[in-house]
Amino acid sequence: MRLTAENLGARRGEDLLFQDISFSLDAGQALVLTGPNGSGKSTLLRVVAGFLRPETGHVALTGPDVASGVKLAEACHYLGHRNAMKAELSVWENLSFWKSFLGDFEGGKGLPVTQAAEAVGLGGITHLPFGYLSAGQQRRIAFAKLLVAYRPVWILDEPTAALDVKAEDIFGGLIRHHLSSGGILLAATHQPLALESVKELQMKGFAAVAEERW
Amino acid sequence: MIALLLRDLKLSVRAGGGALIGVLFFMTVVAVIPFGVGPDLNLLSRIGPAIVWIGALLSALLGLDRLFQTDRDDGSLDLLLMQEHPLVLTVFVKCVAHWLGNGLPLVIASPLLGLFMNMSEVAIGATMLTLLVGTPALTFIGAVGAAVAVALPRGGLLVSILVLPLAIPVLIFGVSVSYAAVEDPAPFMPPFLILLAITMFFAVLGPLGAALALRSASD
Repeated sequence: MRLTAENLGARRGEDLLFQDISFSLDAGQALVLTGPNGSGKSTLLRVVAGFLRPETGHVALTGPDVASGVKLAEACHYLGHRNAMKAELSVWENLSFWKSFLGDFEGGKGLPVTQAAEAVGLGGITHLPFGYLSAGQQRRIAFAKLLVAYRPVWILDEPTAALDVKAEDIFGGLIRHHLSSGGILLAATHQPLALESVKELQMKGFAAVAEERW
Repeated sequence: MIALLLRDLKLSVRAGGGALIGVLFFMTVVAVIPFGVGPDLNLLSRIGPAIVWIGALLSALLGLDRLFQTDRDDGSLDLLLMQEHPLVLTVFVKCVAHWLGNGLPLVIASPLLGLFMNMSEVAIGATMLTLLVGTPALTFIGAVGAAVAVALPRGGLLVSILVLPLAIPVLIFGVSVSYAAVEDPAPFMPPFLILLAITMFFAVLGPLGAALALRSASD
């Protein structure tokens, strides 16, 4: 399995935010996007996840184990700034909804809901409404959502925002496990993710593009 | 898909879901009419079906903006868009859940409000039947408006204004079927079948339009 992006460029309104971004990731590899605020990290992730149409270039998932006609978005987990959880429903209801709605991508199997909650260290509170949890606990549960349904590609936007040190370690462990079992990771972050052998892509933002173009 | 239906139903009855708000608004609108029009029972029973229908239309519009807005606010909409399920089907299921949570209670409450308006049993039955057939169309039409306005903050009123012109045929045929049941020369079946056709037409077209709007609204 191989995720390739060629000459990606994207626009926000009138402004060209970045251009000529190319990378390729094999199974087990991770790419971390760094750069100042507003440099286009989130936009690049949203282009890869298929929410935004790229201005130029394309991104695709290829490989012998990828069935033809599969869209990249279907193979991706996207964890954005917002947690995609309902405050009115309990943690268990939220996670089991996503488990049955998302389903498993072929080639793997998601964890049961209670096990996923235990994996992020919150096994005892699945009966509570999601809205009762603290910001850090909510982020952990949002991360547990990545475990209940199998997806080979994880796209994480600032995954460690609002987290304490212990939770960062848990996340690092889960991400390493995902990579070692053949997953691909694409993350935008300011904190180091405690991973060995990651590729890094420095996003320079609008200014760098402007120098070449205007 | 069943999971999505159940989740949306749960959300509509939990705190802040708005299912009961719609019914309360419906009752308020209809209950103040007799005070405004006066105690003329004949007049009330004559305008009854129309008032009940207008009340149901307004309360159906009231909750529409929440159809996709809440999912967008917490980021769920992104994940709904990413899946391999056809988006049209996802939207259709959300509409069905929305109707079960917000439209069906209006239908169930309508006989009580018919009594407020001194309507005969036949008129009450006919109005309830037309609401049962007609309110799903309001939800399906409204889905398009809700999808167009999903990116706008406070888009609620805009949804109502966008949707209202398209909902007028439903109102016209709904009311005329209700009158046809009580007034002798007017035929009942033709307008009723047209109402049914409008609902089925928008059950296909509404989710299609809404899915297109959601795709292009994502940023």
